[in-house]
Amino acid sequence: MSNVLEVRDLGINFGGLRAVDGLNIDVAPRQLYGLIGPNGAGKTTVFNMLTGVYEPSDGTIRLNGELLNGKKPHEIARMGISRTFQNIRLFRNLSVKENVLISLDTQVDYGLFSGIFKLPKSFKQEKAMEEEALELLKVFELDGYADTLACNLPYGKQRELEIVRALGTHPKLLLLDEPAAGMNPQETQNLMDAIQRLREKFAISVLLIEHDMKLVMGICEKITVINYGTLLACGTPQEIQNDPQVIKAYLGE
Amino acid sequence: MNKEFRKQLTIDLATVVIGYLVLGLLIRSGVINAYSKGILLMVCINVILTVSLNITSGFLGELALGHAGFMAIGAYVSALFTKSLNLIPLVEFPVAILLGGIAALIAGYIVSIPALRLRGDYLAIITLAAGEIIRNLLKNLDIVGGTKGYTGIPNYTSFTWAYLIAVICILASKSLIASRHGRAIISIREDEIAAEASGIDTNRYKIIGFVFSAFFAGVGGALYAHYLRFLQPGIFTLDKSIEILVMVVLGGMGSIRGSVISATILTVLPELLRGFSDYRMLVYSLVLILMMLAKHNDQLRALFDKALSSFRRKEAAHE
Ligand SMILES: Nc1ncnc2c1ncn2[C@@H]1O[C@H](COP(=O)(O)OP(=O)(O)OP(=O)(O)O)[C@@H](O)[C@H]1O
Ligand SMILES: [Mg+2]
Repeated sequence: MSNVLEVRDLGINFGGLRAVDGLNIDVAPRQLYGLIGPNGAGKTTVFNMLTGVYEPSDGTIRLNGELLNGKKPHEIARMGISRTFQNIRLFRNLSVKENVLISLDTQVDYGLFSGIFKLPKSFKQEKAMEEEALELLKVFELDGYADTLACNLPYGKQRELEIVRALGTHPKLLLLDEPAAGMNPQETQNLMDAIQRLREKFAISVLLIEHDMKLVMGICEKITVINYGTLLACGTPQEIQNDPQVIKAYLGE
Repeated sequence: MNKEFRKQLTIDLATVVIGYLVLGLLIRSGVINAYSKGILLMVCINVILTVSLNITSGFLGELALGHAGFMAIGAYVSALFTKSLNLIPLVEFPVAILLGGIAALIAGYIVSIPALRLRGDYLAIITLAAGEIIRNLLKNLDIVGGTKGYTGIPNYTSFTWAYLIAVICILASKSLIASRHGRAIISIREDEIAAEASGIDTNRYKIIGFVFSAFFAGVGGALYAHYLRFLQPGIFTLDKSIEILVMVVLGGMGSIRGSVISATILTVLPELLRGFSDYRMLVYSLVLILMMLAKHNDQLRALFDKALSSFRRKEAAHE
């Protein structure tokens, strides 16, 4: 079967800085894929290009064969790539449920007129959204927090809520930028289980950036290592762990 | 229809009708004299202006300083219409109000195009400039009197019209905010990048917010023109925009109920203070400061919440 994501010769310049150069990534359907590398290697920049936040200086990005270059972030989100952020970006003063309702906006189509005059169509769709929001929150047992303000959630729960919100757009590919950052070992373990579960449940591919090697090596089926924006190695966790170049530049020992 | 929504709607409508009957009766029986009635009309108009500005400033989260400009467009366009035509008021006035609103909406759309590219201070400057441009254009338009002013506008703004339209503005705003479009507008205030990543077309919803806000500013302007019966570009200065913004801020960014309350207090208050003559503005600013302090004082707020909740409990017991 063809790849969900195909990145070819991806590159970007920030002024004189070549932050990413000549990168290729292929993510297969339902694959758990890791993107790792030292601080400042260009990992988040890759995510920003995949989601349309930055326009690549060169190279192509395809989602199920469709070219994404030049598309706006909200268009890419609706086409099927969804993400979380390295520095959590929740709608802080909204409830947990409302955070998810906003991404579920992609699943309904009632118009402004219907919304203001509260026509039956808006009621029906709002009700369906509400039900799905609670359903999605159950993935991380967040349904009990539905009416809590997002900013009042404990840190680990905030990270989980961001993933739930990302699921609201019904993505084909989920990008997670350091999902375990700041989590304790127990939370990280739960997160690993959850990522595997949601891959099965929603039949999606996951591309994740993470510095926690236990998580990356534990769940990823394929890993790409980058350094100074260029490919250092690509392979299975086994191959990556034994690659002398990766050990020298990133893993240590 | 959802049961809770229907119940809320019944309560809202009952409040609206009772409010109308009580105030109408007071006017008819002369308890509210002509002077106080004027203040009451200004309360309705300022509620419309404040609630509508709250959509851009409170919900969308953009500091907009051109509200008086949109108000001016609604005022002049509606006045031009009622002065040029001689239909019966019952036909002429609603059409004039609608036209005033639509003209302001179009202006709001035009301003929103450059405004989309800007944020924060820059957006404030663009909207401020838009307001000033509108005012200066009006100064040079001879068909509406230029700087001399535009006189002889019919006296159409009755209590019924002002009240009805204020209610429509409040309900429409509440309804917008409770829809997916309103949520999208709020998500931009909360985090624009996250909103885009969640599939929200932020440009589209910024335009919707702007245009909705400008429409009701125009509607408020139309009511104002047919209450004052005289227009001059000098009425719609930056001061006017800031006066409305103060009402929004004091009532609470993103609180429609707060906007209604603060627009009411800040319209009635200066009139009550007329007795202080020279010290009027001094006392006015003191009260502003006190209100601000009260809003941010936890003990006072707790007291207020308790009073409100015991009131609600009583209400529930009656059902
Ligand atoms: N908008 C920008 N303008 C200029 N330089 C940028 C911009 N965004 C990123 N960079 C630079 O690009 C390089 C890669 O940054 P990036 O954030 O992608 O690293 P990262 O691999 O995610 O690192 P970390 O593990 O610390 O998150 C850094 O040198 C960074 O300073
Ligand atoms: Mg990063």
